[in-house]
Amino acid sequence: MKNPLESGTRQTARPLPPTRTKHVLTALLILLLLWGSAVQTEVSFKELIEGFPNMLDLLREMFPPRWTYFDNIVDGMLETIRMALVGTTIGAIIAIPVALLCAGNLMPHRWVYYPARFLLNLVRTLPDLLLAALFVAVFGLGPVPGILALAVFSVGLIAKLTYETLETIDQGPLEAMTAVGANAIQRIVFGVVPQISAAFMSYVLYTFEINVRAAAILGLVGAGGIGLFYEATLGFLEYDKTAVIILFTLAIVLFIDFASTKLREKLL
Amino acid sequence: MIELRQVSKVYPNQTKGLNNINLTFEQGEFVAVVGLSGAGKSTLLRSINRLHDISEGDILINGNSITSAEGHELRMIRRDIGMIFQSFNLVKRSTVLRNVLAGRVGYHSTLRTIFGRFPKEDVDLAFEALERVNILEKAYSRADQLSGGQQQRVAIARVLAQEAKIILADEPVASLDPLTTKQVMDDLKRINQELGITTIVNLHFVDLARQYATRIVGLRAGEVVFDGPVAEATDERFAEIYGRPLLEGELLGEVSA
Amino acid sequence: MTTKNGDHLIQKPRKNPLRWPIIIALALVYIWAFSGVPFTGFKETAGQIMKSIMAGIFSPDWGYVYLPEGEDLLRGLLDTLAISILGTVISAVLCIPFAFWSARNMSKYRPISGSGKIMLSFIRTFPEIIMAILFIKAVGPGSFAGVLALGLHSIGMLGKLFADDIENIDFGPSEALLASGATRMQQLWFAVLPQVLPGFLNYTLYRFEINVRSATILGVIGAGGIGTPLIFALSTRSWPRVGIILLGIVVMITVIDLISGYVRKKLV
Repeated sequence: MKNPLESGTRQTARPLPPTRTKHVLTALLILLLLWGSAVQTEVSFKELIEGFPNMLDLLREMFPPRWTYFDNIVDGMLETIRMALVGTTIGAIIAIPVALLCAGNLMPHRWVYYPARFLLNLVRTLPDLLLAALFVAVFGLGPVPGILALAVFSVGLIAKLTYETLETIDQGPLEAMTAVGANAIQRIVFGVVPQISAAFMSYVLYTFEINVRAAAILGLVGAGGIGLFYEATLGFLEYDKTAVIILFTLAIVLFIDFASTKLREKLL
Repeated sequence: MIELRQVSKVYPNQTKGLNNINLTFEQGEFVAVVGLSGAGKSTLLRSINRLHDISEGDILINGNSITSAEGHELRMIRRDIGMIFQSFNLVKRSTVLRNVLAGRVGYHSTLRTIFGRFPKEDVDLAFEALERVNILEKAYSRADQLSGGQQQRVAIARVLAQEAKIILADEPVASLDPLTTKQVMDDLKRINQELGITTIVNLHFVDLARQYATRIVGLRAGEVVFDGPVAEATDERFAEIYGRPLLEGELLGEVSA
Repeated sequence: MTTKNGDHLIQKPRKNPLRWPIIIALALVYIWAFSGVPFTGFKETAGQIMKSIMAGIFSPDWGYVYLPEGEDLLRGLLDTLAISILGTVISAVLCIPFAFWSARNMSKYRPISGSGKIMLSFIRTFPEIIMAILFIKAVGPGSFAGVLALGLHSIGMLGKLFADDIENIDFGPSEALLASGATRMQQLWFAVLPQVLPGFLNYTLYRFEINVRSATILGVIGAGGIGTPLIFALSTRSWPRVGIILLGIVVMITVIDLISGYVRKKLV
């Protein structure tokens, strides 16, 4: 029996391979989408390669950064942080009732939480910068439209994360509260809040991180913060000043990320 | 033929894994390596195909030193040595067939296996291997849909498709229940007898070793303390080896059905 | 269970001594933040404009949906979609080497993966809209700059998520392949890739959802998509047109979220 693997074992029927049509169709669809997108956006690698030196020039002009410009933008940066803080806080407060309304295990009827979720999803379709552009059109230039945009955006994010967590809470304490005759508010305060508060704080911090990044660019549409200075410096081709803004923003964002991540680790 | 010459292994933390081991395994043997946990069974097995490097000595596979082999040469030696693991080590999200075919990659260039499809002979080989371990009908199932025993049989099929001349099985039944243990051990025994593949199995259970192996190697603290045919491996000898009578946990109980 | 002088027999666990300092610090930060917001000086027309936008949303400029001569809603949305598809695919491909670079279990030395992680967080912190400004310098204004900006920026997040997945793989299958004589590439292809692929696709789709939102606003700085006509409509106060564009964005993103969510559910 030197190589019996090859001898006489082929009679038994092999199972048929599953059909590949689905995979082939998926691959075709994706290729079609990519090709269509490339045509639509006028992708041209020739342009990219030809334009590459321009980009390098721009980067070269950024260095060395003009550090003296730093003094001019400290106020802008403070305003950015302030916008993020105020926007996140307002958003977080509004998010609490919204999340409760969306939670299927806390609301009595689906005609409460389905419409609530639908509205929440609508709000979540609009990105922060777009919201800011809208609010600038309504309220005029300044940090207030920025804060409102961040607040609306925060409601969307925090409420979604929170209601999804709400739906996974342990029902035991809730039943116990019902058993001792608690009303709806008491049930939430004693049965829900202790289970969810750490996660909620963590989501608020996470949203704050995102909002600091967002607040740094809202100025591009006139909604206050350090973003205003991009337009000013780029418009006058003062790229060495732009570099200072970018580096300063990077430093602040990384610092806040670091602090917030540490805090979140402690919370959970 | 596998020869271990004065093999020692010292771990970075200075513990001795193997201490001056001299062993020779002939073609077609079914060897069970027994010993308590930490005796060096796994280290010994993994040294043979150099998943672990040894500190001293030499290991020869059919006359070629795996200890000094590098790159392509090392891969060629490994290609002839199949390995079966306690935790099966299948790609759980891939199909059974693809897992078995993975045993063939050593025969083809990297580019061919990544871009090309496997030649028809390889697919035939894979199906025959699956048939041999009686799970042909599962060929297109995902590996994670199979039971533990079935997954271990897929792993055996992978080794068969690899056309290995040596099978190393590192506690192949440790995560299986007694019934599937018997099926997997039967498969290994049958393959050893029908194809003449040298088989070295690490086993925790002494009675399982006696039931299936033709030769038993006992390890204690990295040293060979017993090497002989099954007939000599009596409870009394093992009591000597372990320095105490065999415990309940070292005997699986009767598994023959 | 109180003694004569009213003390509880069991003492309350001592509270964190830093409790009050933290509360005071937080209060000060909030006073600073809120006091700096100029909640006054809104445009007097704010309410009126809000009403106009609302009226615009409820009586949108349907004629803008399709214009034979181009520059209509459908083409703007298509452009936005194309930008996000291409941007996502580019980043999904480019982030793979970064992910392997920064996964801790893929390299022997900690500084290698550490440097990859720093690189990724640097990319992540750099806002896509600023990247778009850089790319406009290279390839000129238009959708292609937007594609490149999204493609580069998304590497940061995708690379990090992919790296996390790679760090969680089971090395068993790799070891089995190594034992059968496979090369390192073959191990990656047959043992690592199948384990991480579903996660990769899931994150890519998630990032796609984010990118569609980002792409709606890239037009603000001239990087293509529906943002350009939106900003134009906002500045010319053609509220019915703002209304139809917002409606278009909301519908498109809702549909994409539904499709992407469905596919992602099937992947897991």
